[in-house]
Amino acid sequence: MTEAPNAFEMRGIVKRFPGVLANDRVDFACQVGEVHALLGENGAGKSTLMNILAGMYRPDVGEILVKNQRVSFHSPQDAIAHGIGMIHQHFMLVPSHTVAENMVLGLNQPRFLLNLSHIEEQVRALGEQYGLVVNPRAKIWELSVGEQQRVEVLKMLFRGAKVLIMDEPTAVLTPQEVETLFLTLRDMIKQGHSIVFISHKLDEVVSIADRVTVLRYGRVTAANVPAQGTTKSQLARLMVGREVLFLVEKEKIEPGEIILTTDRLCAYNDRGLPALRDVSLQIRAGEILAIAGVAGNGQRELAEVLTGLRSATSGSAHFEKTPLDNHTNWLEIGQHLAHIPEDRAAVGSVPSLSIAENLILKRFKRPPIAKGWSINKAAVRQNATRLVQEYNIATPTVETPARMLSGGNLQKVILARETSEKPKLLIADQPTRGLDVGAIESIHRLLMEHRNRGAAILLISEELDEIFSLADRIAVMYEGQIVGEMPAEGADIHQIGLMMAGVKAEA
Amino acid sequence: MTGNELFVLAVTILFGALVSGTPLLFATMGEIFSERAGVMNLGIEGMMLVGAMSGFAAWFKTGNLLLGLLAGMAFGALLALLHAFITISLRADQVVSGLAVTFLGTGLSSILGQPYVGQRTPPPTTLVLPILEHVAAEQLIIIVVGLILAPLAWYYLNRTRPGLNLRSVGEYPSAADSLGINVLRTRYLYVIFGGAMSGLGGATMSLITDPGWVDGKTSGLGWIAVGLVIFASWDPLRGLWVSYFFGLLRRLPLDLQNPALPLISTANNPSLGRLMDMLPYLATIFILILGSREALRKRLGAPAALGVPYVRGERGL
Amino acid sequence: MNLLSRRIRIEARLDNPGWIGVVSSILGIVLALIVGGFVLRAAGANDPIGTYQEIFKEGFGTPADWQAGITALLANTDCPKGSLCFGPLSDTLVKASPILLTALACIIAFRMKLWNIGADGQMFMGAWAATGVAVFLLPPTTDRPVMLAAMALAGILAGLLYGAIPGFLKARLNINEIITTLMLNYIAYKWMEYFVVVGPWSIGDFESTGKFPAAASWPRLTELSDRIPVLSGLTVHPGIFLGIVAAILLAWILYRSRWGYEIRVIGNNPKAARYAGISLRRNIILVMGLSGALAGLAGMNEVAALRELNGRFQRGFGFTGVIIAWLARLNPLAAILVAFLFGGLIVGTQLIQPQGIASMLQGVILFVVVGTELLFHYRVRVEKIEQVTAAPEASP
Repeated sequence: MTEAPNAFEMRGIVKRFPGVLANDRVDFACQVGEVHALLGENGAGKSTLMNILAGMYRPDVGEILVKNQRVSFHSPQDAIAHGIGMIHQHFMLVPSHTVAENMVLGLNQPRFLLNLSHIEEQVRALGEQYGLVVNPRAKIWELSVGEQQRVEVLKMLFRGAKVLIMDEPTAVLTPQEVETLFLTLRDMIKQGHSIVFISHKLDEVVSIADRVTVLRYGRVTAANVPAQGTTKSQLARLMVGREVLFLVEKEKIEPGEIILTTDRLCAYNDRGLPALRDVSLQIRAGEILAIAGVAGNGQRELAEVLTGLRSATSGSAHFEKTPLDNHTNWLEIGQHLAHIPEDRAAVGSVPSLSIAENLILKRFKRPPIAKGWSINKAAVRQNATRLVQEYNIATPTVETPARMLSGGNLQKVILARETSEKPKLLIADQPTRGLDVGAIESIHRLLMEHRNRGAAILLISEELDEIFSLADRIAVMYEGQIVGEMPAEGADIHQIGLMMAGVKAEA
Repeated sequence: MTGNELFVLAVTILFGALVSGTPLLFATMGEIFSERAGVMNLGIEGMMLVGAMSGFAAWFKTGNLLLGLLAGMAFGALLALLHAFITISLRADQVVSGLAVTFLGTGLSSILGQPYVGQRTPPPTTLVLPILEHVAAEQLIIIVVGLILAPLAWYYLNRTRPGLNLRSVGEYPSAADSLGINVLRTRYLYVIFGGAMSGLGGATMSLITDPGWVDGKTSGLGWIAVGLVIFASWDPLRGLWVSYFFGLLRRLPLDLQNPALPLISTANNPSLGRLMDMLPYLATIFILILGSREALRKRLGAPAALGVPYVRGERGL
Repeated sequence: MNLLSRRIRIEARLDNPGWIGVVSSILGIVLALIVGGFVLRAAGANDPIGTYQEIFKEGFGTPADWQAGITALLANTDCPKGSLCFGPLSDTLVKASPILLTALACIIAFRMKLWNIGADGQMFMGAWAATGVAVFLLPPTTDRPVMLAAMALAGILAGLLYGAIPGFLKARLNINEIITTLMLNYIAYKWMEYFVVVGPWSIGDFESTGKFPAAASWPRLTELSDRIPVLSGLTVHPGIFLGIVAAILLAWILYRSRWGYEIRVIGNNPKAARYAGISLRRNIILVMGLSGALAGLAGMNEVAALRELNGRFQRGFGFTGVIIAWLARLNPLAAILVAFLFGGLIVGTQLIQPQGIASMLQGVILFVVVGTELLFHYRVRVEKIEQVTAAPEASP
């Protein structure tokens, strides 16, 4: 088998960020004329690695070769000058400008006067060459997401990119658009380009890629595996591994009443695409239902619908007998329903207020915290002292501003605030993301305690280890649907990994 | 009043509107550029005052009108540089920094302008024109400058590469950054430009349109310019019309002082004059109310990144 | 190839010691004085430090003055000749009362990130309303306490309405309150001019309403001078208490009441506020109304002190209020002290040439304070960029 030349090679790449080793001596190479998939879970280091290749970051250690020459990129412009361009998950397009204007932004030619009709012609011609049809006069905000992606691709081709890095390109596309994209990619390969396809979706990877490299926790677990001839379950195993890091004592509890039900819940996300598709769930008192899945498959929207931050388009959800919809009195239900939001700094806390004041965010209108028009300072302090102790929050005083807390302690504050009134239902969305081991342990213990006293818990998490150690039942979400549900005991982690990556359960 | 006299009056008013509106035009144009780049500068009043005073002083010392205008631009730019440093490099709040510029400019121009109060003013070069009779050539010239400036500004903004870069920086700085455009430097450039233009506007006032220096010369014109930018939807051509319109509103009380005018003469009716003085400000609010709806409909909103300091994210852009 | 270089980084600070606020405010004042010194030189004043000393003396008096005053107080004698005793202090308190109130107006609004720059206009409207009540509504024979109370009420209501308008526009139509409050300033100036200079309230050819009835003005400390001779000539009046009481009330609202909690949450993180079920719209209107009310009260304060309303009614107190609010770090109690200091500044610079020095100093102070605001949130670090060495490793 003749080896095609390498379009580029990355050797021994090491990249550290504060508190995390994102890339651990990674080697990665891509041949001319191939689609090479970079597979791995969130946080595996794929985006970081490719950001280095695209000139966004500098590696701490390691080197990059393009066409067998050592190169050193100081900026994305350097990378593009060498023919490497990256298309990010968040498009770098100015919404109020036209396609043509975006196409030409940052280029050296033309220097001063912009002959827009000339540029539009060039865009049209380029689009035809690659089958990427887009109206050069259209404003970006008028285009669909798929069309916007086409513009991003064209933008790179316009700049002479030979290597295109696509970061989770199908995350925002409809199935038809995905097909179109794949056809386009195949076409580009024939014209001599190379594509790096970052993804966590096994089906797609197997369908489009020539070779696959798998990353896990910053390291390469499989390199240059030919896509044909490898089973999906082999790839899944390489992706998610088999270690379970934490073991928490799990009492055997008989689940009680049904606390939460959803029936064929549907909802759109912020872009107007379907995020939830006929999601039906049930959680009983005293059990933890964990939703496994890579972030972005509808989990956040599910949490938002269940806590009144988003409207469902069809289907229903009930908390005990009460329907959860536009007419729900959320302030009242808030006493029984706790929500640990995904974005703790933005939505969850008030940074400049003290911890004590953050802890009363849901309770300040009711006694004993409220005393007529004023706030009972003594009660606030008492409440805070008690909670700080109970939840083991590390802080110099209760008057310390919340923004000075570490991520783990802030999360504990949010937990304390939400759960101190013994809610019946607790929705935790990625509760341990970005936290250190100690904090993760405490939060796991807390969740267990609530489960043991009879709360129903919906745990949304990307970490399979976490799910396996906490859950009673596991449901897997992929592209807005529940693709599998099973008891945690005896669940097959590989099966789950496959489901998370979109592969239907194999017989 | 005969028809002929009314006609002459109308033309006089029109000319007066153009003259009166031109300083506004300069300031508004400058602020449009600054805000299109994403930086709001509330210090226009301060910069105009500094420009008016320094321009007058420069002329007074040298007798050179052009030098006066340039000095006004220079000092306006200097003040803007201060604002730029604080809001772009130090990333402090744009509102408060702008206010500080106004205070500083007001105070500085007041103190340093002391010796120039009530001094002799630049003598106009008189032209004799049909209808308007005696007209100052300098006024005519700067009107023409303004009339040329606006379409030029529009062209720069919409049809040139630097203009495209400018707009991108104000709309989506991350995208501009990712394509190699220096966001911070671009913002600095246009904030300083805005200051120069405001300074020019002030100097135009104290040297040409309303010659002379007194404390607080611009009497709030700079604040109107802030509102005008919004009303003009950040478009230079619209800014042109809006500035002249407001020039008209400011001149009306004066021009209508002819006692022979039926009903609306402000000499006979001084209270009417005061009420008319309110018009520009009421109009701005009214326009904002209208604009809030229009913007929703036509998506002619502010530059998306206006008022937000640019920080390149740690992990990626 | 080894690359060793340094890079200056500005990164978010995690700790936040409270002393930074105090230090930066003091720094602001010191720097302002230094810069002001240069400006004074440029304007021809040859001895800036001497000028500053003059200002301090005019504004507060010297320790010798105070001592003389205390001695005279205890001995119940006149203020000795050649000494100013409490004179400057009294003048300063008089000047401080309106700006304390406008500062409080700014504080409550800024706490919710509502940029009320219209405190000046709201003050004018308050002054107008108070005058209307004093001169045209109530008979001149009304008792003083009743008259003053009615004037205060009028001032508060007028200011409240005038502040609620831009609040409403912001809450409902999301119109930038900076512009609306600014425009309303000018409208208020013209409104006042209309009434007092050319319109219905002006007496004859004078641009004034004429002197108010005695009941419509503050009692002065000097009225007690037959019993306590050292108080002779002191014009200080109870208006300062309006400000102090308002400051205490505002502090209570902000730090102890449920409403204050809502305000602080909104000002800090509107998303979290919505999450907690706090109504943004309602609070915008309420807070702007309260802010306007405080400024309106400042207007009444002034007009009761001047005992007339004329075309020379001082503009700019609203803007001074902005600076005081900022220097006081949006703390109502600290505002009392800062307003007092500013009152001294204003009194002290009244006779100093060149005029405008107060405004310039204010501008510089604000600049430095805003610039050092940065210290609150960021920390400057000088760090070495790591060496980038090629370390060819044998591939496994």
